[in-house]
Amino acid sequence: MSVPSPTMTTPDTAGTPRALVDHLHDWVVTVDHKRLGIMYVVTGLVFFVIAGLEAAVMRIQLAWSGLHVVPPETFNRLFTMHGTTMVFLVGIPIVFGFGNYLVPLMIGARDLAFPRLNAFGFWVLVFGGLLLHFSVIGGDGLYGAGSAPAVGWFAYAPLTSKAFTPGNATDYWNLAVFVTGIGTIATAVNLVTTTLIMRGPGMTFGRLPIFVWVMLTVSGMTLMILPPLSAAQIMLVLDRYLGAHYFDTQAGGSAVMWQHFFWFFGHPEVYVLMLPGFGFVSEIIPVFSRKVLFGYPMIVAATVSIGLVGLSTWAHHMFVVGLGGPVTTFFALSTMLIAVPTGMKIFNWLGTMYGGKLIFRTPMLFSCAFLFQFLVAGLTGIMLSVAPFDWQLSDSYFVVAHFHFVLFGGLLFTIFGAVYYWFPKVTGRMLSERLGRWHFWLLVIGFNITFITMHVQGILGMPRRIYTYQPDRGWEIWNFITTLGVPVQAIAVLIFVANVLLSLRRGERAGDDPWDAWTLEWATTSPPPDYNFETIPVTTSRRPLWDLKHPDDPDGPHE
Amino acid sequence: MLRRAGLAWAFVVGLPAVGAAVDGSNSTPSIFAPVSTPAFAIRELAFFVLGITGVIFAVVAGLTLYTIVRYRRRPGDRASEPPQVYGSMQIELAWTVVPFLIVVVLFLVTARYIWSIDARPQPPGAVEVTIVGNQWWWEIRYPKLGIVTANELHVPASDPASPTPTFVTLQSVDVIHSFWVPQLAGKMDVVPNKTNRVWIDPRTPGTYVGQCAEYCGLQHGLMLLIVVVHPREEFDRWVVAQQAPARDDPSARHGRELFASLACINCHTVRGTPANGVFGPDLTHLMTRWTIGAGAARNTHENLRAWVNDPAALKRGALMPAMKVSRADLDTLTNYLVTLK
Repeated sequence: MSVPSPTMTTPDTAGTPRALVDHLHDWVVTVDHKRLGIMYVVTGLVFFVIAGLEAAVMRIQLAWSGLHVVPPETFNRLFTMHGTTMVFLVGIPIVFGFGNYLVPLMIGARDLAFPRLNAFGFWVLVFGGLLLHFSVIGGDGLYGAGSAPAVGWFAYAPLTSKAFTPGNATDYWNLAVFVTGIGTIATAVNLVTTTLIMRGPGMTFGRLPIFVWVMLTVSGMTLMILPPLSAAQIMLVLDRYLGAHYFDTQAGGSAVMWQHFFWFFGHPEVYVLMLPGFGFVSEIIPVFSRKVLFGYPMIVAATVSIGLVGLSTWAHHMFVVGLGGPVTTFFALSTMLIAVPTGMKIFNWLGTMYGGKLIFRTPMLFSCAFLFQFLVAGLTGIMLSVAPFDWQLSDSYFVVAHFHFVLFGGLLFTIFGAVYYWFPKVTGRMLSERLGRWHFWLLVIGFNITFITMHVQGILGMPRRIYTYQPDRGWEIWNFITTLGVPVQAIAVLIFVANVLLSLRRGERAGDDPWDAWTLEWATTSPPPDYNFETIPVTTSRRPLWDLKHPDDPDGPHE
Repeated sequence: MLRRAGLAWAFVVGLPAVGAAVDGSNSTPSIFAPVSTPAFAIRELAFFVLGITGVIFAVVAGLTLYTIVRYRRRPGDRASEPPQVYGSMQIELAWTVVPFLIVVVLFLVTARYIWSIDARPQPPGAVEVTIVGNQWWWEIRYPKLGIVTANELHVPASDPASPTPTFVTLQSVDVIHSFWVPQLAGKMDVVPNKTNRVWIDPRTPGTYVGQCAEYCGLQHGLMLLIVVVHPREEFDRWVVAQQAPARDDPSARHGRELFASLACINCHTVRGTPANGVFGPDLTHLMTRWTIGAGAARNTHENLRAWVNDPAALKRGALMPAMKVSRADLDTLTNYLVTLK
């Protein structure tokens, strides 16, 4: 432990400036899926801190009625940037970053199918992120004071038209999201192609790790849902600069059409983010339960059917737009149907844990918290699918609570679990278990303080996106509790950052297979060499390493 | 100067308490405190859904907790792997079919409620109101009664035996807003170039609060709405009072002429005078309203004066410009406005 040795992240040549430049140069020009994967995830985590700080300012402003911590225009920019950043620059890069890193390793490939396209996708995404944040300086032109966009992350027309948002801030939102979309499409193409044609010997579809199935599904979905959004964004540019009238209601355009375009992307997008979370726990739970995943075919079927049914539920975001009875009824049904495959997954994970020997290392802790929190998210989701109930809850803090239970209590918890799980593979060192526990428990407490209470504000009639509220509404105490959870979460994230930085240098050496796991990425060294495997491993079942470790009782005959 | 400082201070400490002006009625707009049929129906449905989801939560969370506690690895049994169970068709079918059946039941009930609320025909005795969303205030028109007011909707109480519901037509002149008074009905978006409808039949007289629920720009947070439910006779008296043209108070004649000579009349209507602008709120009976600026401030002489002087001081970004009149003219104008009862 005390002997430093060269690894990818702690190079022994970092002492001299010349070597540092070379080192950085290596990262900039790399086309290696592992390095790009790491850069994706780190980029996502950096933006996560930025967007988290934005949320903290909003919570301080709302801690009590009538506060003036930030003026209304700033508050509106904060929630716009928070939402846009979290979805497009945190969720997407982290999820696809893990896909980048893990998919080739898990299927026994040496890289993705199109390594250069992969690098292009990453740098385009970084460019999109910088473009969005450059609006703070250049939103009204370089000579102006600058302003971040203030149209909300789904940028409803006609608020986005020149008449209501003059200046360039809305264009920064529009183009930045458009550009990140190009990067995401590139990565999706890459993952689909890689999974289809570059699987190692013996890696049939029936043996793909669940995480690979998930990335295949969400990449396929991405290819279907992002182009419509991009198209709508081009229409918006035409509206704003060339006098088109797609969304210009003053000239006969349709505000509702934007919503259809946006949510046709926006709702499946939630699954694009959430399914990889399911993928993470589908890898983590079996290993820490010491049992094979219960009902592999059902989980695959559930994943793919969530992907398909998820494409036809978008208008449940629009129950209060006035769609009329038939449309509302249809989308209520399609939305409720999603609960079936989602429920199947939860039961399958429980079935995996049942009868196992559960080991509560940090990745498993995060996965267990995910089970409870995602259950709440799913059940509030059912409430929202009941259209008349949604007429009350839509656009209230209840919805804010719901989707933070999905994306924070669900996705982010699984991401943290995944970081603790694969960090040893990526860096060759373990994250500190002690700091990991502090991180976990503080995050669970802080998260639940903040987001359980938010349901209450919604039920008491508090709309989302208001920068302040009246003192007599009975919302103050709940908002105050909501805000109390924020510092707890902030400390948890700080501990996580400290854990990563400390463990990079001083973490316990991991070895190739610290968790005694079963998928192919654990068959190579930690960190894996550039070419991933010395010899491409032959896959004999869904758990190739189990077969190696238990030659007397291989998986094959049971599948 | 002192007055301005005081005003600014009041603004910093807390926005004017709209609810306090509302006769002490409960001003928490809880969706579980309905007074009107759609809100009652939604609460009924909500209890049903909460019941189902509550049971599911108890069962699944209980199973999870049991599994975590029961099957945690104990010291001493790390020697071997537990038995590997690859799946079970019967069990998996069970936990697919049972949720599916629950979904079917839930869907049928939901569909019934959607249609019962959505498809209600308008009875002959219904009050018709058109509410027009503006950045950031509500225009409220009674086309059949010839009344135009703002930010405070007055409706009669509806006796279930002989219902007199109010049917609201929703339109927007600019961006999307959303009409939400939780105790009366679910929200309905107010969409430009689209006409939406919603109905209410409040049974209990009182005052109910709501506010815009769809982000509509800078002052989305200050686009409040008050609904006053009157007993029938009181509502009729209110209608008669609102139908009257503006009061012509001889003591404020000078102010009235000043008002008509300024840009005020480009945007505001005062019925019975030359002022017939349509962009801003109708001021014919301005002083019957509790607030100015859709809840930005209590409608007092002092606040009105501050508002006319510079609306942005009370509501940043308000589309009404600062009138930049002399202090004397400001007093004259305000003294006129407060006669508009």
